[in-house]
Amino acid sequence: MTQTQQQPAAGSPLVTRGLTKRFRGGQVAVDSVDLEVPAGSVFGFLGPNGSGKTTTIRMLLGLIAPTAGEVQLLGEPMPKAQLRVLPRVGALVEGPAFYPFWSGQANLLRFDAADSTADPRTRKARAGEALERVGLSNAAGKKVRAYSLGMRQRLAIAVALMQRRELLVLDEPTNGLDPQGTREVRHLIQDLAGDGTTIFTSTHLLAEVEQVCTHAAVMSRGKLIRQSSVAELRAELRPRLVVRTPDLGIAAETLKSLGVTDLKTTDETVEGDAVELPIEKFAAALVAADVRIHGFGLERPSLEETFVALTGEGFDVAQ
Amino acid sequence: MSPSSAVAEPVAPAARPGRYPLALFRSELQLVFGRARTWVLLAVLAGVPLLIGIAIKLSGSEGGGEGFIGQVAGNGLFLIVASLGLSLPFFLPTAVTVIAGESLAGESSLGTLRNLLTAPAGRSRLLAAKMVALIVFCLAATLTIWLSGLIVGFALFPVGDVLLLSGTTIPLGEGLLRALGIAVVIALSLLGLAGIGLFVSSLTSTPLAAMAATFGTFIVLGILTAIPQIDVIHPWLLMFRWTSFADLLRDPPYWGAIGKNLLLQAGYLTVFYAAAWARITSRDIV
Repeated sequence: MTQTQQQPAAGSPLVTRGLTKRFRGGQVAVDSVDLEVPAGSVFGFLGPNGSGKTTTIRMLLGLIAPTAGEVQLLGEPMPKAQLRVLPRVGALVEGPAFYPFWSGQANLLRFDAADSTADPRTRKARAGEALERVGLSNAAGKKVRAYSLGMRQRLAIAVALMQRRELLVLDEPTNGLDPQGTREVRHLIQDLAGDGTTIFTSTHLLAEVEQVCTHAAVMSRGKLIRQSSVAELRAELRPRLVVRTPDLGIAAETLKSLGVTDLKTTDETVEGDAVELPIEKFAAALVAADVRIHGFGLERPSLEETFVALTGEGFDVAQ
Repeated sequence: MSPSSAVAEPVAPAARPGRYPLALFRSELQLVFGRARTWVLLAVLAGVPLLIGIAIKLSGSEGGGEGFIGQVAGNGLFLIVASLGLSLPFFLPTAVTVIAGESLAGESSLGTLRNLLTAPAGRSRLLAAKMVALIVFCLAATLTIWLSGLIVGFALFPVGDVLLLSGTTIPLGEGLLRALGIAVVIALSLLGLAGIGLFVSSLTSTPLAAMAATFGTFIVLGILTAIPQIDVIHPWLLMFRWTSFADLLRDPPYWGAIGKNLLLQAGYLTVFYAAAWARITSRDIV
């Protein structure tokens, strides 16, 4: 498993430098954020609700002006070059927003018409393909008022898919979807990534990052506290030695004598940070001490535990 | 693609066909005229000549009375002029206020403003499209009254050559054209108010608040126009020369007051359009 290292800024489709947003009243929503999204990556932008993800995304897309710092999308400065850059960027910002009195298709046509680079002759055909891709072909003519939240979410993704994009910026794309819909959107993201589109997706769901992302950044209280490839993050996680046994006391003492630190005992297990010894040495020592072993092994903590450790905050964890 | 597999090559920029800046303007017209609300407003306006026509018919008046209303029973063409004149103080401003108040605040409250701006529509172009749609609506509103007045007037009353305010008589065809001219002048008279509405709409995310504020402004201006002690400022007030449209029924038409009115409307429109532009291009869109 080789993981590509972060690429130089020149090739990165999304870079921010010292990006800061201070709202009126002095609240700092985003504090000096330096993002660098590698080309072709699926970049998970992770953080608890209220950590500044959506504000950052709004600044990326030129919807709100940064108090300080800069944004480069596809190598050009935002918001200055937005009319040139944004046609090549598909966006979904803070939940789906549509004209409820229009059909899903009519909504797609309207937003496509707002892009002066979009060819009106192919507009209907492209809307049809986008609806097909998100599984809404049957509801194309239905008023959005009658759509479920999940259908609106998929329609919002269809807006981003109306054209071939080099970069997709998606804010919580699986929000409001049922498990089946969530799976479909994740597959869609992987498909698009397979085509070479760089995808920047915010989420407060760790499962999402574990399943689809190649890279991740973690926001907490407006600050970017970590940014790396998912593989690197995983590699850093020290595995924990877990022994399942009814002889908790003896097991704990034995492990301690072998230099295992951070020992924790639960009803059925003893676990701790394993030192450099080969794992079978621990097994042999436990057996020699007459510990009855029901289970034995190394367990890697999940990303969730790491991120909770990083942010000191809980995450909403899916499933 | 599994999460940890090697990242793919970036996409090459797709070839782009030419530019289509007018598509947004077309779409904007579809948005305004594709809503039931707009057609209800137009239907109400179309009902004005019908209401006046029926009332006059039932009253048994024979024409030759005072003002445009008094002449309707003698010549159905005057129903067009009377209806336009009677809609100007209230019905037309209400309709314009509703559409103008909705324009930007409506997009803002639905959240569709985000989608438009990331499309990207461009803030200046979006504002221009909103303004063009408003102008088209003003014309549609007065032309609706013109058409409805024409139909009802011809159906209920005798029609014939038109006696002008200056005492000369013109043929019916020219009379209809003059009435059409009045419809256009009245539509243009509404543009100052449309500009105010567009600006107010750029300030808020609540369409109803924008409508209320615009209409409130309209009423305050109306009250100021009615206070004789402050007649020094009257020539600068939005509706001071609104009634100048009647000068089109002189022979030859007297353009002085109409010109001043249109200049004043252009002034209001310029000031408030500029303010709306300054607001929309600097505002944080949340």
